[in-house]
Amino acid sequence: MTDRKGVEVAIRLDDPVVLNVEFEVRTSELVALVGPSGGGKSTILRVIAGFAKPTEGKISIGAQSWFDSQQNLFVQPRHRRVGMVFQSYALFPHLSAFENVLEAITDRPAADRIELANEYLARVNLKGLGERLPEQMSGGQRQRVAVARALAREPHVLLLDEPFSAVDKVTRIRLQRELVDLRSDLSIPIILVTHDIEEAARLADRIAVLHEGRILQMASHEKLSKAPVNIDVARLVGIRNIFNSQVATIDSEQDRLELRWGSSSLEMPFQDGYTPGQAVTWCVPSDGIVVHRRNRPSRGEHENPVFGIVNEVFHFGQTTELTIEVDDPDAHPLHCSVPTHVAERNEIDVGADLGVSIKADMIHIMGSTDA
Amino acid sequence: MDWSAFNLSLQLALYTVLLLLPLAVLTARWLVTLPPRRKAIIEALLTIPLILPPTVMGFFLLVSMNDAHAIGRIWRSLFDESLVFSFEGLLVASIIVNIPFAVQPALRAFEGIGNDMREAAATCGMSQWRSFRRIEFPLAWPGILTGAVLSFAHTLGEFGVVLMVGGNIPGETRTISIAIYDQVQSFDNASAALMSGVLLAISVLAISITFLLTRKTLIRIRA
Repeated sequence: MTDRKGVEVAIRLDDPVVLNVEFEVRTSELVALVGPSGGGKSTILRVIAGFAKPTEGKISIGAQSWFDSQQNLFVQPRHRRVGMVFQSYALFPHLSAFENVLEAITDRPAADRIELANEYLARVNLKGLGERLPEQMSGGQRQRVAVARALAREPHVLLLDEPFSAVDKVTRIRLQRELVDLRSDLSIPIILVTHDIEEAARLADRIAVLHEGRILQMASHEKLSKAPVNIDVARLVGIRNIFNSQVATIDSEQDRLELRWGSSSLEMPFQDGYTPGQAVTWCVPSDGIVVHRRNRPSRGEHENPVFGIVNEVFHFGQTTELTIEVDDPDAHPLHCSVPTHVAERNEIDVGADLGVSIKADMIHIMGSTDA
Repeated sequence: MDWSAFNLSLQLALYTVLLLLPLAVLTARWLVTLPPRRKAIIEALLTIPLILPPTVMGFFLLVSMNDAHAIGRIWRSLFDESLVFSFEGLLVASIIVNIPFAVQPALRAFEGIGNDMREAAATCGMSQWRSFRRIEFPLAWPGILTGAVLSFAHTLGEFGVVLMVGGNIPGETRTISIAIYDQVQSFDNASAALMSGVLLAISVLAISITFLLTRKTLIRIRA
């Protein structure tokens, strides 16, 4: 049982997209749904709002059930108390910002409705702009009206469908801050659909990675980047260092596992479920790789040292990304990044010999490749 | 100038629009909710009056409104008079012939509103009726108005169907188009020119008013 008013979703859908998911979002929690387009992210929101009917399953919020295929229960969208911010905002173009918000306030005396609508507009920093039509507002202001309208519904769950995709970067960051600020007053579950993993990392408590209608993994961003369950999740969170190796030795008492990787051997903390000789796929995020200083050895160099030749150097402003050719059986290079001044001081350039250390506690085995 | 025919045409056009428009709006609104295939089939059926030659359409209507057939028989039992060669018969024919002119623009207007607008209305807790009244109708009205003006102008000018169903009874079924035809037949070109000029002026006026009224709304919706 979830806490008081969390949303529980366990549904299977065959049309318009195949979807088979089960998850819960707790009160005051923000969960981001991320994944490639067509994976069913927006459809999940539509199902919760009642615009798409699952083939089977259950959707409930607290003690209230919105959909239950076994009991043949389907609550109409207008009775669900869902606050939804559409990707297009879907503001009513012929109504002012104030009227847009007012439309969502029901079951209240007329005088209260007016006061409340003004309050919601003030909450999203639109005080004094209520008389404007959507066409007279900037993209950021329209998004705020959409948020105010969603909140004015006094929803039991807030659904945000790519709410930041239609504004420029500066506005996006400002709107994201406002959302974080708004959240502190909201004690409802919030579900955010985004294709931007960084946005999800900044805003969400947990991230659900969706792929072809299934949730591959649902965890905090930290957990996702440290311990992705498979290659798809690893790629989605931006991990490029994915390699095949063999387990050399394991020692659960010493909390040690050793991987044989080309001519190197890598030590990492013990991970359950693997046996010596087993072929595995492992990954390490680029911040798990430390570049050795040239001509000035340091203590960290003893940790999983790997040597190779710099293949590519890309300067992205303050950061320089390196591709290093190492002894990998599949000939995949190692990717890492260093501050640009470090790259320059150490004269790291294409063709240079370079040593790096792979941090033991950042290595993660994603699974066995043995048939 | 045959004022009686002119008057009759105006009445016919006005009643046609008044009776057809609510039906057209409801039909268009219903069509947007249908799955694409079913919608296409019904839309095609409703477009038939536009494709058929007016005389053929008129012939079908004449036959089906005859006392020997259902529509005519029902009419006879209700009002104890014939539906063909009467103003009421003209009106029924005119409504049927104008269906595509009224439905198509309204349908395009409802389609233009987009599903997310209807869904936003639902998440605001609006009933279907409230969503229609508060959101969809105000947004679709340029299309609805266009349908009204097209139906009005088309009824004023309709010739083939009117002649087939109504004949040419002065004061009862002789419309302005038929009067123009009669005047040309009797070499009264001056009267024919005057009446044609009046029809032209009404058409231009109607279309201009529609454009002026709808332009502002369309600009706003597109924004």
